[in-house]
Amino acid sequence: MNMNKSFHYFLFSFFLSFFFVFFANSPASDFSNTSVQAPAPPLNMKAFDTPNDNGHSITITWELSPDDGAGKSNVISYEILRSDNPDSGFVVRRMVAAGVNTYEDGGVKEKKSEDYFPSHKNFYYRVRANAEKGSSLSDVSPPAYAYGQLFHTGRTVILVACVIFTVFTIMFIRKAKKGEELYIRPLAGIEAVDEAIGRATEMGKPILYILGLGTAADVATIASFTILARISKMTAEYRTPILVPCNDPIVMIVAQETVKAAYLDAGRPEMYKEDNIFYVTSMQFAYVAAVNGIMVRERPATNFYLGKFYAESLILAETGSVAGSIQISGTDEIAQIPFFVAATDYTLIGEELYAASAYLGKEPLLLGSLKAQDWGKALVMISLILGGLAASFHLDFFIKLFAVKL
Amino acid sequence: MRREVPLTITAIVGFTLIIAYFVPHAPFSDVRDLFSDWFMVIAAFAIYLGILNLLKINVDKVYKKRPGWGFSIVTILGFFLFVYIGIREGRDFGEFGTRYYWLYDRIYYPLMAAMFAILAFFIASASYRAFRARNLEATILLLAAFFVMLGRVPIGYYLTTWLPEGWRMGNIADWIMDFPQTAGQRAVMIGIALGIVSTSLRVILGIERAFLGGE
Repeated sequence: MNMNKSFHYFLFSFFLSFFFVFFANSPASDFSNTSVQAPAPPLNMKAFDTPNDNGHSITITWELSPDDGAGKSNVISYEILRSDNPDSGFVVRRMVAAGVNTYEDGGVKEKKSEDYFPSHKNFYYRVRANAEKGSSLSDVSPPAYAYGQLFHTGRTVILVACVIFTVFTIMFIRKAKKGEELYIRPLAGIEAVDEAIGRATEMGKPILYILGLGTAADVATIASFTILARISKMTAEYRTPILVPCNDPIVMIVAQETVKAAYLDAGRPEMYKEDNIFYVTSMQFAYVAAVNGIMVRERPATNFYLGKFYAESLILAETGSVAGSIQISGTDEIAQIPFFVAATDYTLIGEELYAASAYLGKEPLLLGSLKAQDWGKALVMISLILGGLAASFHLDFFIKLFAVKL
Repeated sequence: MRREVPLTITAIVGFTLIIAYFVPHAPFSDVRDLFSDWFMVIAAFAIYLGILNLLKINVDKVYKKRPGWGFSIVTILGFFLFVYIGIREGRDFGEFGTRYYWLYDRIYYPLMAAMFAILAFFIASASYRAFRARNLEATILLLAAFFVMLGRVPIGYYLTTWLPEGWRMGNIADWIMDFPQTAGQRAVMIGIALGIVSTSLRVILGIERAFLGGE
């Protein structure tokens, strides 16, 4: 009886296993087992020199495979192949994702580099569309070679604007040289410089000049050097010490030379102290801690913050405010301007920082360049109004005139 | 000569870089990279001058026992500690798990965070001064700040759910940020761009020479 039962179990298990094995391998249960085909190849291969470059790159474009984004042979990637022979020797340069139909095949000019890309040498390209199973190759592109351009056409508008601005500058400088009176809008921050230095002199306290966190290559820092020169000359005349803690060693060296030249100019070279223009650290908040310490210990009568500032702007300005200093600030960092406006007595907003040195110098040549700046602004305003009107009336040609490709 | 040589170098470098911006063809295409490399080399040497200056100023302060000389001792010790540990750790001194990393992570980083955190209090004190409605401009600033700040938090939304969609606090805040704020910011940016061109021209043409001394 028991043996019969075991035999029945065995038979049942055998047929059950057979059932699973059979149906597991049957065509109906395998949904992926459809007929696999390679995707249709990419079409209309084009290769041409990349415009506006130094001559070490070729751009390839193609029409996407009809199987890209649809069908059973859905394309998952494209491979770009290159050869200097149209019939053989194609090697893969790069793989790009499905949906992409352009690639810039570029390299460097150094012949020893692995990434060398020669100029004036014909290359042929093919693109391979890859599906999950299978792939297909496009036709060979016509030959193309890379060469450098003599002018970046995408920057024509910038060139025209620079030329117009330079013409304005030269024109107004000539006018100023002839002695023509040029009206320049007064700036409260600049007018306050004399008062701020006078206050420091009366109080017998030093002046603190912060050049910001910019490097010597930043135009804002360069503008700040020119203002430092003017202010140092005044402090030399008033015999008031000026402290310049620096965040960058190069900035420190330039600042030392600037202040030294100003003291020499003022006829007081003996008063120049190199130790007053010193390097602190290049770390942002360590610099802030050091400068705040100077403010609290030295209690300078006047603080100048002119240059490039970031998150430290408000910490510095508020500490200076607590220390009771008159504060004049200026930066071209838009996000920091509101902090300076809120926390300091006078703020040079954006372009005023660049104009400050010319204001302080009051020389005809410098004032001429300021006037050109004003005319430049007027021209921009006119263009903005015309652009607004053109956009409102769908006159795209006017807007396209100002298109820039960097 | 003291002024002519730097002015000539500035003019040559300035004009070359301007031409390089518009001419992608060699040799101008290489000039920008070349000058950038030179700048890096100068900067690398300048860091030694910075270190020497830092030590000179602080050692002098300690030696002459000037006010705050105790801080200078901390600076000098901190400097040598980091240099010593850095040299001991070798080329990978900044990697995770090194003693240098530990010092940076456990000492410098918390100090930096503490300094940054002070900003929160300063924002409050600066806002208190800035948002006092003393005149028309300050009142407009106050109102704009009121709408933007309240429009950015959930309570601003809940307080104005009964209003039509466009008049809710969040939408008013978005409108202020998208239109008056963006317009003002772009105006400042255009001015800055013109200022940069003007300053560059003045320096390259040698009109602005105050930083070299003389008028």
